[in-house]
Amino acid sequence: MLLEAGYTLKAHQLNYMTATPTVKSAYAVDNRGYYGEFGGAFIPEMLHPNIEELRNVYLEISQEAGFQKEFQGLLKDYVGRPTPLYYAKRLSKHYKTNIYLKREDLNHTGAHKVNNTIGQILLAKRLGKKRIIAETGAGQHGVATATVCALMGMPCIVYMGAIDIKRQAPNVSRMKMLGAEVRPALSGSQTLKDATNEAIRDWINNPADTHYIIGSAIGPHPYPDMVTRFQSVISEEIKWQLKEQTGKENPDALIACIGGGSNAAGTFYHYLDELDVRLIAVEAAGLGINSGESAATSVLGTKGIIHGCRTLLMQTKDGQIVEPYSISAGLDYPGIGPMHAHLIDTGRAEAVSITDDDALKAAYFLTRTEGIIPALESAHAFAALDYIKYKEDDVIVINLSGRGDKDLSTFIEHIEKYG
Amino acid sequence: MNRLDNLFATKKKDILNVYFTAGHPNLNDTEDIILTLEAAGVDLIELGMPYSDPMADGPTIQDSSTVALKNGMNVELLFEQVKSVREKTQIPLIMMGYFNQVMQFGEERFFRKCAEVGVDGLILPDLPVYVFEEKYKALFEALGLRISFLISPQTSEERIRQIDDLAKGFIYMVSSSSITGAKSGISDEQMAYFNRINEMQLKNPRLIGFGISDHATYSTACQFSSGAIIGSAFIRTLDKATDLKAAIKGFVDMVREPEKVA
Repeated sequence: MLLEAGYTLKAHQLNYMTATPTVKSAYAVDNRGYYGEFGGAFIPEMLHPNIEELRNVYLEISQEAGFQKEFQGLLKDYVGRPTPLYYAKRLSKHYKTNIYLKREDLNHTGAHKVNNTIGQILLAKRLGKKRIIAETGAGQHGVATATVCALMGMPCIVYMGAIDIKRQAPNVSRMKMLGAEVRPALSGSQTLKDATNEAIRDWINNPADTHYIIGSAIGPHPYPDMVTRFQSVISEEIKWQLKEQTGKENPDALIACIGGGSNAAGTFYHYLDELDVRLIAVEAAGLGINSGESAATSVLGTKGIIHGCRTLLMQTKDGQIVEPYSISAGLDYPGIGPMHAHLIDTGRAEAVSITDDDALKAAYFLTRTEGIIPALESAHAFAALDYIKYKEDDVIVINLSGRGDKDLSTFIEHIEKYG
Repeated sequence: MNRLDNLFATKKKDILNVYFTAGHPNLNDTEDIILTLEAAGVDLIELGMPYSDPMADGPTIQDSSTVALKNGMNVELLFEQVKSVREKTQIPLIMMGYFNQVMQFGEERFFRKCAEVGVDGLILPDLPVYVFEEKYKALFEALGLRISFLISPQTSEERIRQIDDLAKGFIYMVSSSSITGAKSGISDEQMAYFNRINEMQLKNPRLIGFGISDHATYSTACQFSSGAIIGSAFIRTLDKATDLKAAIKGFVDMVREPEKVA
């Protein structure tokens, strides 16, 4: 029904989920749910049946023709895909190289998050689930989940740290208007990690009728792989769009910001084995790596377990999880997805850490150079241009993962300094 | 002989296992709580290693963990406390915590330390069964350490059999689909689950936990298993206590023999 007559899919638009099982990448998940030594499913027994169910069916269901038709139809007509790949002429001139922006900010709801929530809610429906739960930090994933629940007529409960609820009032209002119930996480540090704990507890208490839509490429297997595959529409589109515009599928470098890592995972996915393509993951350094107020997990993190997976995370020597800091609420997660931990650990991806100050500067610079206000998260990716080496004839693709409307009050607070 | 094996060899019914978070209410209460529980007739004690993100636990245990961490509790210190209390009691002691804490201490070093200070068994709810089997089972056997795994109403019969083959000590039967401290009372649906597992004739003894808070729930659990585990309700008692020892004695009496308290 969703693909009306007259709408024909181009061959290259057909394969981003169906083609992935043939990707036998050393960097993608293995059949036990690991990326090298990272990943796995470190979960209490009460979650085992749900995770096992997902693990058994997520590939089969998401590759099935009817699922694909509905998923791709919604991505096109509801979300507005494909998102443009835009050659940023003035930015390129300034940096003396060739910079393309993948415009995920132009998606419905204003960020890449919706790619995954559409996929997961279609999966939840096919599993016969009646109730959706989610966690959110900045509120972008909460809004994307509340949106698809409104679209499908399903009840939606979003867990959000009590402190984040105060910091992100506009997104709380959006979720409420969309019909979601926003439940404050009052435990621990009352931020994203605690919201995630509360969502997990809800799922333990409601195992039969509920699906948990995780927003980032984290959690127990199969979540990191499932979220990555739904987000891999980003790299799938970059491939054909770049070929159309430059004649070559492969850029010299891909740059994406990374908190848990969903937009970076989607940006990198189809290039994991293209070893001539540099993968650059940009994390938030907050006030500086050695300031004690940072979220630079690749530098400050050590191997451990968070929210059901083995990965790199910020913790004390006793294994107590540390609350990170970044001006960007979407990047202040104490861990990174297990795929990213593996990519960084093996040297396949480079990690760059960007401070609040550099991110704000980059946000203003992009806005004044190209007329695009980026999300604070995405601004970190742009700031990385000042810290990486590249050549004049390089082609660099930056994932502009979200738009900056939600961060306007933060930007305006700093207009004297950066404007 | 391992103290847990000894307990289950000599006592088949009405075993009372009490959980508390080490370092709560005060950093150095561990010894007093253990010895007072033993004097009150508790059979088995579970020492919670306080963790920042205890995802299988409810607010009571998380709050007590937050207090314990603020008080300065850590794994190293807890081992010292256990070592010291072990000179005064032979009650079976189990440590319960999340696997990240074990990883950071160093898995092998952690398990060896447990055996050295006199811990009898472990409960690590987020350690996958197959990881235990592949990586740690042999070491546990060599050290004489026991391991308990959880089962829930959703656990399949096939998986329960696998867990029963692998577990040594007892099986921790989660009474309902819940986190700790979430529900009170025992429903018909739970009774059906208790009966179903009872009829499976597992090799390991079973203790029922989660939602056990008073004499009624304890007695029901005991009808269907070797005994029960109480955590959150005991912690709430400690939170309210003005006289710790009297409160502990009163709590155990309330669970075991309420007529005596009345």
